Amino acid sequence: MRFELGLLLLFLTLLVFEIFTNKKQKGNVISFAILLFTIHTAIGFIPLADGDLFGGMFKTNTLLFYFKNVLNVGVLIVLLQSADWLKEKIVEQNKATEFILLLLSSLLGMYFMISAGDFLMFYLGLELATLPVAALVAYETSKRISAEAGVKYILSSALASGTALFGISFLYATAGSLYFDVIATTLTVSNLSILGFILFFSGLAFKISLAPFHFWTADVYEGAPINVASYLSVISKGAAVVILVILLFTVLKPLLPFWSKIIYIVAIATMTIGNLFALRQQNMKRFLAFSSVAQAGFILLGMLSVDELGLTTVLFFVTVYIFSNLGAFGVVQAISEVSGKENIDDYEGLYRTNPKLSLLLMLALFSLAGIPPLAGFFGKFFLYAAAASKGYYVLVFIGVVNATISLYYYLLVIRAMFLRKNQDAIPYFNSKLFMKLGLILAAIGILVAGMYSPLYEYVYTISTNFLN
Amino acid sequence: MIEGISIYEILSLSSVLFFIGIYGFFTRENLIMVLMSIELILNAAAINFVIINTYLYPDFLQGAIFSIFIIALAAAETALAIAIIINLYKLVSSVEVKDTEIMKY
Repeated sequence: MRFELGLLLLFLTLLVFEIFTNKKQKGNVISFAILLFTIHTAIGFIPLADGDLFGGMFKTNTLLFYFKNVLNVGVLIVLLQSADWLKEKIVEQNKATEFILLLLSSLLGMYFMISAGDFLMFYLGLELATLPVAALVAYETSKRISAEAGVKYILSSALASGTALFGISFLYATAGSLYFDVIATTLTVSNLSILGFILFFSGLAFKISLAPFHFWTADVYEGAPINVASYLSVISKGAAVVILVILLFTVLKPLLPFWSKIIYIVAIATMTIGNLFALRQQNMKRFLAFSSVAQAGFILLGMLSVDELGLTTVLFFVTVYIFSNLGAFGVVQAISEVSGKENIDDYEGLYRTNPKLSLLLMLALFSLAGIPPLAGFFGKFFLYAAAASKGYYVLVFIGVVNATISLYYYLLVIRAMFLRKNQDAIPYFNSKLFMKLGLILAAIGILVAGMYSPLYEYVYTISTNFLN
Repeated sequence: MIEGISIYEILSLSSVLFFIGIYGFFTRENLIMVLMSIELILNAAAINFVIINTYLYPDFLQGAIFSIFIIALAAAETALAIAIIINLYKLVSSVEVKDTEIMKY
């Protein structure tokens, strides 16, 4: 409970601080918020004991602590990357602190969602994680595209949560309880429970943007402010993946013969559709949106192996993916802030003018594509290994083919930056302090997760403890 | 428990409501109507929880409590959606889906 209480305290402190600062000093609130959140992140690394609260509605264990720390670091990077944008554009509209407050309340929702011990807590956490983000997507109120993205996000997320609720009601009908511990023992395979599972899964699949439910992704990412898009693609998706894998491996395990088929089909569809649509994108935000859809398909491979290996690979891949995507989005944001350019063509000749930024973008894209010495390669390799250990060779083959296709479009961006010459390339610029910090943290994350193997072993140990 | 009405009839009602909501979500042209369709879906789920609780598992009030939370969160969701739609209306002076959409594949 320390994570939740700490974040709540931080939230209230910021609220009071916001009230008592005069208009000219609102910019300082942002620096103060980042300082407080850094302390909160640092405190998170102090170990805690496992336990239950509220009669089993709220659970904590080492695995969840690990993932909450990953979420904290991710949100810290998002905050650092958005600080300059907030100071330059949003403070004058007098709504900068609200941005941070909404971001933090959404993070609080994710804490509750992944810690949930019954469906009620899960649903409340899911909504608390979703609603503030909808407000953030529509945050640039003077921009038409932002408002449109906000409408699309709130309507489709409401549909998804409604569908998930309808599914939960059927699971409740068959299992006789809403508590995960009870459901895990009483759930049986019947037509009703399968219908309930399908509806529930489609609700969560929307959050992760799996194949038939991914239509909102590109539009929302394009319309939203870039830091919100990166938050959606990284933190929001990561938390949803983790709660999905925990539910599948523990509560919904009685339905295993059934849900493994669904995951199989959805994984193939998601990888293929994400890749094919990413091929034809020109806007970097839409491009990264479809690339994140394809990555979600790869994550599903790990879920097919219902043991320590599967859980470890999913958690490890999500960790790696968070840092890689934050690096890519950070560079896109840094460039967009200075020049307003977001298309792949605009990046031509970037290496000659801004070598450091293009190197970081190359690092992030190579990690997403899975080029050997970087973190993304090990993440994908372990996912393939997990799926192959259960005999899904055809699926692994399709995954490898898709990884090759994805390499092509990631290399398109890299070719534009390094090989193309352009007379009016984006001129050299120096990022501000916070943006620099955010980019450096993301780069360190990519390198450390790839080179530092004890991380994988640590995740393996906590997954083993979690499942036994 | 209601005299003379079995759980099948009420579950049929909630399922019909659910699918009317889904159909409305995909076919309505007006954003407010889309929002109303979502309300139908959420209400169908709330009915389900209450009915399953009273007919099948009357010992604990889990389902009934869940439905109260559904109502509260549906209100929050609607308030936020209306706020965003009003902002969109200020920018484009329309709440028809075809007028508001500029982003497509």
